[in-house]
Amino acid sequence: MHAVIPYVTAACLFGLGVYGVLRRRNAILVLMSVELMLNAVNLILVTADVTTRGRTPYSGAVFALFVIVLAAAEVGVGLAVILQFYRMRRAVVLDEVHLENEPVNR
Amino acid sequence: MSGVVALLPGVPLLFGLIGLLLPAGDRGRDARRAAAALGVAGAAIALLATVALLIAADDPVEVGARWIRLGELDVTLSLTAGPAALSVALAVTVVALAVQVYSIAYLHDDARYAPYAAQVSLFTGAMLLVVTAGDLVLLLVGWEVMGICSYLLIGHDRRLPEAPAAAVKAFLVTRVGDVGFLLGIALLAVHAGSFRISDVLATTGASTAALILILAGVAGKSAQFPLHTWLPDAMAGPTPISALIHAATMVAAGVYVVFRLFPLYDRSPVALAVLGLMAAVTLLLGALSATAQDDLKRVLAWSTVSQIGYMTAALAVGSPAAALFHLLTHAAFKALLFLAAGAVIHAVGTNYLSRMGGLRHSMPVTFWAFVIGLAALAGVPPLAGFWSKENVLVAAAHATEGGEAVPVWVAWIVWVAALVGVLITAWYATRLLLRAFFGPSRAYGTDPATGEAGPDWEVGFDDAVYARPATPHDPPWLMRWPVLVLAVPSALLGLAAFTPAFRSALELEPPHLDVAIALPMLLLVAGAGAAWWLWWAVPGVDPVLALGRARPLFAAGFHLDAVQDRLVVRPVRALAGAVRTVDERVVDGTVEGTGVATTRIGTVVSAAHHAALPRAAVAVFTGALLLGVVAAIYGAAA
Amino acid sequence: MTVADALLIALGAVAVGSGALVVLSSHLVRAGLYLVVSLAAIAALYLVLGAELVAWVQVLVYVGAVVVLLLFAVMLTRAPIGASADLDRPAWPAVLVGGGVGLGLAVLLAGAFRWTLYPLPVNGDADRMGEQIFGNWVLPFEVISILLLAALVGAIILSRPDIGATDREEG
Repeated sequence: MHAVIPYVTAACLFGLGVYGVLRRRNAILVLMSVELMLNAVNLILVTADVTTRGRTPYSGAVFALFVIVLAAAEVGVGLAVILQFYRMRRAVVLDEVHLENEPVNR
Repeated sequence: MSGVVALLPGVPLLFGLIGLLLPAGDRGRDARRAAAALGVAGAAIALLATVALLIAADDPVEVGARWIRLGELDVTLSLTAGPAALSVALAVTVVALAVQVYSIAYLHDDARYAPYAAQVSLFTGAMLLVVTAGDLVLLLVGWEVMGICSYLLIGHDRRLPEAPAAAVKAFLVTRVGDVGFLLGIALLAVHAGSFRISDVLATTGASTAALILILAGVAGKSAQFPLHTWLPDAMAGPTPISALIHAATMVAAGVYVVFRLFPLYDRSPVALAVLGLMAAVTLLLGALSATAQDDLKRVLAWSTVSQIGYMTAALAVGSPAAALFHLLTHAAFKALLFLAAGAVIHAVGTNYLSRMGGLRHSMPVTFWAFVIGLAALAGVPPLAGFWSKENVLVAAAHATEGGEAVPVWVAWIVWVAALVGVLITAWYATRLLLRAFFGPSRAYGTDPATGEAGPDWEVGFDDAVYARPATPHDPPWLMRWPVLVLAVPSALLGLAAFTPAFRSALELEPPHLDVAIALPMLLLVAGAGAAWWLWWAVPGVDPVLALGRARPLFAAGFHLDAVQDRLVVRPVRALAGAVRTVDERVVDGTVEGTGVATTRIGTVVSAAHHAALPRAAVAVFTGALLLGVVAAIYGAAA
Repeated sequence: MTVADALLIALGAVAVGSGALVVLSSHLVRAGLYLVVSLAAIAALYLVLGAELVAWVQVLVYVGAVVVLLLFAVMLTRAPIGASADLDRPAWPAVLVGGGVGLGLAVLLAGAFRWTLYPLPVNGDADRMGEQIFGNWVLPFEVISILLLAALVGAIILSRPDIGATDREEG
């Protein structure tokens, strides 16, 4: 098989993920774009297993598994944060997240 | 014997330093007595040491020590006292002792008498250092200390509004000359490879530039054109100071330096020509300005300028012995005149001739002192000034025949100027005598002829108490005796030229009176007669009014003060202002600007931190993209 | 062009296409569903490439759990059901950076691998992968399980209703 095909696919997916992170206003859609990016990376890792002969076999696939686990943990915690944010603001628009300290409103 | 030489400058310097430790502003008698004792003792010990050296030593005494080594230049410190130096030292110590004794009475109610006496001692020590220096370095040290003491002493009376300005002016003008002096000394020393004067004199091919630079210092300290403008203003200092510094010693120091370095000057016609022209101009400038002054001390100050012009003229035409002789006689009669003037001012309470008159009856001692001093100044035989001035004129006449190092045309100019100077000197000396001591008293009210009024306040420390002084009287004996003592050499010093010991000390030619003295005598009689005739013909009127429109010009010293102001003072002030602005705006601005710029950049950057999350995300991803591209390109290139 | 190549191209097109629809759609829920399609296509890609365990774990965890979580969040935040207009920020920085990143990576990888032919691995790798995980990579495995525990605890704490909006209370 020609390995360049899944590689280019992964590159396109990654670019789409970055586009989504920077363009979307809703926090949940941003999380979805992050998932796209992570999957692109996983695809590259798995394809690398085929194209590269490492000292330990299947290391790309093992890494892909770990990335999947990490993505799951990240989504869990991220959604908890988003829900907390929703409680404060009644909306999950990212434009309103300021990086410096702001007075807590209640 | 050689150790005694160190006493000459050492004792007054030491006593002066100790005297500076005494508390000032103390009206208690103890501090006053201690200060007076230190001052008088310092001058007296130096005088005794000089006399001892004169009597006992046959060869020039020398003592020295090696100090440091600057590269290839050995710096030694040595004192040397030949007979010429010792005679000058004698004059200095005698005048210093007279001034110290005189000051005890003159400043009897001055609270700051103690530092004054100490500064006079310091000054005496510095002048003796200049006189006995065997090294150019010690000469320079003494030279500079004299400048400092002069500044301190001119500005002594802080109550006078013009004293501080006069002190600063004196210091700055002499400083300008001192820069040239320092450069000249450095050039000479480097050329000779040593600072010793004997080594410097032995070299050949000393550069004319070095000699002319030294002349700059001479012009400054000795108040020659164009650096003479400080001397008339320096009369704001106490009168004894004028006697010591500005008549007898400091202004003569420049002449003495050229005398010491004369073998070098003798080989340089250019330097001698410059000196001669400077002398001729100064001579006439001083004499003409003295004719129109109303202030008694200013007449004497301009007269000093003119007489030192005689000394430098004698040096220019190749007769250092005549210059030294005139230096000694001038020290005697000018100090006499200043101290007697101090007595007059002390008694009358004003400096102005237009407020004096008829003092001859109430102050006979002072009057006769003035007669002797002014006659010596004018050159009336057989007083001292006649012999020394005659020597100068003879030397100048001799130089016009050629055969000396100086160019003949310069010698002609010098000789003619000296002769004209005799006329004018006689004129203003007679005018001074007549205005101050003869005729009715003008002490009350304005002078009816000229309409000039005296000052509202008076000079003199206790005369400032009452508005109208008491009847003028001769000074107390502490002020009288120094005057009397100085009257003796003013009268008789000229006759010392007949003694072989004196002649050999100064390397003077034997005095001979031939028909050549007729011309100066005629000029003297003409000048004195003209002044007397003007005074007698129109009584009560200042004879100087006969000059008509020239009078304000002469009185202002040919407006050279204003010229100096325009040419030097204003540009320097402007330059100082510009430098200060550059320092504040550019240098300080750069330093402070880095702080301000950093703060501004920090504010801008911190504003970037306040971006909301999406904008920050864009920034992060853009940065990552750029870094990746750069890494890919460089990775591909490597 | 082998069968594997054709499968790769087809599945890759599906993944990229649905991924594009995720980031371009204006319906919130439809974006989530397009994400499901994309993830499933990627799982199929894994199958073609011979990593079966990864493929099925992807279906289980990603499609089964993560997307469900995202849809739950969409519902809990009262997302609009229909199309919403103000869903997007300005396009140009995103296009520039995203396009640049994707293009750059594609060029890099294509330039590295060209049209080289690689042999497909043998199938049936689950037990071999198990040997690797519990052999060479057992330490990261354990750390990851601790990380999951930490994420679990963190998510619970973050979801408590009495923290965040209030302060000065024990929490």
